[in-house]
This record gives sequence, structure tokens and C-alpha cells, in this order.
Amino acid sequence: MYRKKVLTSLAAAATVSMLFSACANPSGPSTGESSGASNKVNIPAISKVDVPSGAVKPAGDGKATCPASTTIAYAGAQTGPNAQLGVNIFNGVQLAIDQHNKANPGCQVQFKKFDTEGDPNKATGPVTQMVSETDIIGVIGLPFSGESKATGNIFEQKGLVHITPSATNPSLTENGWTTFFRGLGNDAVQGPAAAKFLTGKIGAKKVYLVQDDSDYGIGLGTSTSGGLGSALTGTEKVTTGQKDFSAVISKIMNAKADAVYYAGYYAEGAPFAQQLVGKGFTGTFVGPDGVKDDQFIKQAGDASNNAYFTCPCLPGELIPDFASAYKEVSKGAEPGTYSIEGYDAATVLLSGIDAGKQSRADLLSWVKSYDKDGLSKHYKWDAKGELQAPTVYGYKVENGKIVPVGPIGE
Amino acid sequence: MLPSLVPLLPTENDWITFDVPSLAENFWSATFDGLTFGAIYALVALGYTLVYGVLNLINFAHSEVFIVGCYAVFFTLSGLGFGPSVPRLDIWAIILNLLLALVLAMVASAVTAFLLERIAYKPLRKRNAPRLVFLITAIGASFTIQYLIYLWRGPSPELALTMFRPTPIFDVFGTIIDSQQLVIIIAAVIMMVGIDRFISKSRTGRGIRAVAQDPDTATLMGVNKERIIITTFVIGGLLAGAAALFYVMKIPSGVQYSGGFVLGIKAFAAAVLGGIGNVRGALLGGLLLGLIGNYGQILLGNSQWTDVVAFVVLVLVLLLRPEGILGTSLGRSKA
Repeated sequence: MYRKKVLTSLAAAATVSMLFSACANPSGPSTGESSGASNKVNIPAISKVDVPSGAVKPAGDGKATCPASTTIAYAGAQTGPNAQLGVNIFNGVQLAIDQHNKANPGCQVQFKKFDTEGDPNKATGPVTQMVSETDIIGVIGLPFSGESKATGNIFEQKGLVHITPSATNPSLTENGWTTFFRGLGNDAVQGPAAAKFLTGKIGAKKVYLVQDDSDYGIGLGTSTSGGLGSALTGTEKVTTGQKDFSAVISKIMNAKADAVYYAGYYAEGAPFAQQLVGKGFTGTFVGPDGVKDDQFIKQAGDASNNAYFTCPCLPGELIPDFASAYKEVSKGAEPGTYSIEGYDAATVLLSGIDAGKQSRADLLSWVKSYDKDGLSKHYKWDAKGELQAPTVYGYKVENGKIVPVGPIGE
Repeated sequence: MLPSLVPLLPTENDWITFDVPSLAENFWSATFDGLTFGAIYALVALGYTLVYGVLNLINFAHSEVFIVGCYAVFFTLSGLGFGPSVPRLDIWAIILNLLLALVLAMVASAVTAFLLERIAYKPLRKRNAPRLVFLITAIGASFTIQYLIYLWRGPSPELALTMFRPTPIFDVFGTIIDSQQLVIIIAAVIMMVGIDRFISKSRTGRGIRAVAQDPDTATLMGVNKERIIITTFVIGGLLAGAAALFYVMKIPSGVQYSGGFVLGIKAFAAAVLGGIGNVRGALLGGLLLGLIGNYGQILLGNSQWTDVVAFVVLVLVLLLRPEGILGTSLGRSKA
């Protein structure tokens, strides 16, 4: 009987306390969100991107000849927690190869895929197997920085050229590898571009920088804070797997920051944004390519309404020819993040094969001296394998979708 | 210096620095957040302390009793249509839904605690197993429940639900207290007072204290020991279920198979800090641990310090007062 009484009183207690909060603010929580829109920066979405007129297409002149065994390969995630990024990339590669083979009856390039699950520990096996297959003369991959770091030496030893369409850790080109090429801007480019975007287009006066403890987050955080200068109000570190961000958020609120740049991945970025907005933050949340994912919107809910992203990737969905051709390969899915980078990287290799560079050594030196436009940007690498003029794009969330707002950092 | 060693050296930023101005600036917000967490720790700590008081058993599986409650909250609310976005319901509908989630979470946790006692501990008690066996069983039960959830739901956290958008209620020393903090602190404090009175005033509470003090004599005096043990587990479960609702309210992305583990350890530490076996000790320990962790995190400038600071303080307190702040007796606590 006493137990019953206690249960009742516990329930009553909870009710009373909740009522208390309700009465204290009779307008209710649903009105809270209107205030969030007041500070909203509105940069219009762009609906098309300019494609360089002389962009190299995989089809070439249609007269290429090559041995039937000629193969290029993709190494990267096909399964695993980050499989979607890999799917985006190899569909782009597949499209380039399909277009090439259709136009060139005399040169049917084979395409092989090797699954690394995106995991540095698992990547060495499939990559070792891949480099031992002598028909493979060029590779697209690997997509992630960790696995690229773990396997770069294997490519180097066998002199096999590989272009990563998405790994952005700056230190990857500091290993002395001669076979590694990066088909996009690294984080040392994205950081300053993000800083310019924040203080320029977004018009933030006080930017709070939050970085996670991954190599990616630390590197990007450092390169961003350098570009922010006096607009940088404070820097906070969070941990991979962190769930509660209240201390970081109260510092941000007390500093009265009008924008937050989150250098990390969406797994922590989404709950962080959700708690940040929940605490009444009305400024702009900006995340890098690690946060730019539909999962961010799904997990953060309406807290993602005010979010912007920076990404050294081009919105392939805005190039109509590319988007419609891609959908045929991907069974209807729109081009995703890094699809067009995969397509362009494959085009670089295919045009080399068409030009008669049909051994590993020849194709490697072809890529080294390559100097042409692709669909997404101009491709010309420096001695270390970095692109000389990479582009960074801004994106935002609009009606629950990520849409591009144009190039930033220029 | 070998170039390969250079990255291993701590840079200036890696050394421990004390950011006193930041603590001063964020003192009040850290206090209210710390109390919010402390209230949650305290509710879970009660489960450890009550069971310890009655059985001298550290029920390590209590963290899983708690996480089952979190899943109950998640499934109830997502079933009712809550999602990551702020719900478009009026305040009464939200309160009703949250109350339903509270009740279901309390029931789910209590049932888990009940089954745990029946399946894992009772057979051991019947066979007069040594105390160490209970402890190992508790750890085993904890992992079993954790990985059953893992097999069922996978490694990723569940979708983070927003129960309501916290609205500022009032201002204390320039820091805004929002409705979420207020709900958690007030509801938790009322529950704590309730449980304290229940243990000290009610007949069952007297039974619990009697069994804690001397099980054999209590049995001779007509106390049904088995019933008291079951009741203790169920009360611990009910409180853990309530804590689960507040936890999910505060940390929406925290519903994960392993999500109870660290919180459980901290709640256990809170119970030890206040004096394990002592109901008021668990309450005090929980609130203190929440505050200390939050201050430490801001003072040292990184969330990774929360647990370090909390446990360093725990060790220091136990060096000075090995029995915890309020001492360790449920049986002798004043009626």
C-alpha cells in the first residue's frame, strides 16, 4: 500500500514539475522556433554550375585502341558503415568507363572493384591483391584518409598510379609517394575557404570553432582558425562519440557567437547542432564535407534548418547531362558527394589509355604531366600530387535537402 | 631529435592548463547543467545504494536496467510520433506523452530489475554462493543485457528525439535557466525526497532497513526477506526508469546499447562518494559528482576531463573519508 502511495506521489511529482515549466511559459515550446529564423543568413541556392567548355570527356575521339585486358580499378568502401560515399564514387567511375567503351569499340576498358569497407585495418588485403594483378594499370581510390595512409606504400612499391577522389587529410601528400594523386582540394584549402565563407558571405563577426579529436577535425580546425583571424571568438574540442555538449554550448552562448564552425563528422555534428539550437542558439551552424550528408539532416531534424556546409566537391547534380547519365548507372539515385570527382578522375586515366599510355609506368607519367579541364575543375598536379587550383563549394539545407550556394573562398 | 618522434611530443596546447576566467564566466551555467546531470546520477545511484544496503551486492547490471528504460522512452516517444524535430503539439499533449513515456520507462526498468534478481541472483542466494560469485554474475548480467541490445539494435545510437524545445524560464546571475533543466531538477528532487521519506517512514522502508541491518534477526522478527529484496530491486528499477526519461530529455542521442555503462559507473561512484548503502549519501554524491565533473570540464577546457576530474575527487574524498561523505549505513540511517 505504501509502495502504491509512493508511485502515485512520484508520478504526481513529475506532473507538477512539468506543469510548473509549462505555466511559467504559457506560449509553449512550439513558438520557440520562430525566433530562430530571425538571424538566419539567406544565401540563395544556385541552380547551375559552369562547366569548362574544353572539359575532357571520357568518350574521347572514338578511335582509341587498347588490349582487351586493359583494366582500371576502384578500391574503397562498397560495404561498411560509410558505404554510401564509396557507392557515389564508383558509380561515377562506372559512368565514365561506360561512356568511354560505348564510344571506342577498339578499346574496351575493364573495371574491377575491391572492397575495403573504408577501414584502414581491412584495406591492405584487397589493395595488395589489386596491385598484384598486372592488368590493372590505374586505380581510383582510396576514398578515406585513414585507409589511404595505410595503403599508399603498397601502390608506391608497384608503381601503380591512383587518384583519390575524396581523401582530404593534408599529410597524405607528405609521404614522398610518387603514385598518389589527390583529385580535390585538401583540408589546408578547405579551412581558409571556410573561414572566408564564414566572415564574408555569412557575415559572421564572432565565429566559434569546434573541432573533434580525429586527424581530419584537428587538421581542418587548425587551417580554419588561421583564416578566421580576429573573428575567431573561441575554440573548443569535442571527442569522437561524445553525446553531451552542454559545457561547450554554454561557452558558445556566453561568448555570443553568431556562427559556429564544426570541424568533424556528422555522427557528433548532428547531436551537437541539435543541442546547440535547443539551447537557443540563433546563429549559423557551418560544417565541412564530413558533416555534409543527408544523415545530418535526418539526425538533427529541424535544428539543421540553419545549417551551411563547405566541401571541396562540386554539385554534380547541377550538370544536367552528367546527372541524367549518372542516374542510369545508379538506378535512379542523384549524383552524391564526390560522384563527379570519381567520374573526372576516371576520365584522366581513360584519356591516358586512349593516348596510348597502356602500361603502369606510362600512365603514371601521363597523370604527372596532365594539364586539362575536367567537368568539375582544372586538373594539374604539383610534384607532391596536390591539385594546383582546387575549388571549394558552399552548401546549405533548404527544405530538408542539401543544395549548393556556389563556389567559396575565391 | 628524430623527425618521427616530433609528432609524439605534446604541443603547447596539449599541456594541462587551467582556464580560470572561463570557469568564472561560465560558473552559473556550469552549475545548473551540473545539477541537472547530478540529479540523473543521483536517481541511478539510489538503485546501487539500496541493493548494496540490503544484499551487500554491487549490482553492476543496474546500468543496463537504466538503459532498458532509455529504450522504453525512445520507443514510446517515437511510436507517438516524436522525432529529431521539435514536436508540433500543444504543451498539454507533450506533458501527457512524456508522462506516458515516464510510466512505461519505469515499468520497463522495474521489470528488468525484477527479472535480473529472479534469474541471476536468486539462484545464487539459494545455494549460498560466496559474495565474489555475485559480483561476477552482476558483471556477466551487465554484458549479457548490453549485447542482447546490441544484437537487436546494432551499434549505432538511436535517432535523437526532441521532446520539447527548452524555453528560457528565468535568469539567475545572468544565466538563463531553461524549462528542460527545471523539469529535470525539480522532478528529480521531488522523487528523491519521496524515496527518502519512503525508506524512513513506511513499513516496507522499515523492512528494508531491518534487512540491511541484520537479515537474520529481521527474518526472526517477521520480515519477509525475499519480498524485501524483490521490492528493493523494483524500487531501484523504477527510479532508473525515471532517470532514463530525464537522461534522454537531456542527451537525446544517448540511446545506444553501451550508453548505460559510463553513466552507471558514475552513478556507482556517486553512491560511493556519498557513502554506499546510504540513501541521502547517494543523493548528495550524485549532485556533487555532476557539479564537480562539469566545473572540471570547463576549468580544464575539454570534455574528456569530466570523468577524470570526477574520479580524482572521488579518490581524494575516499582517502580522507573511506566511508564516503555521509558514511555507509542504510540500516542505521535515522528513521
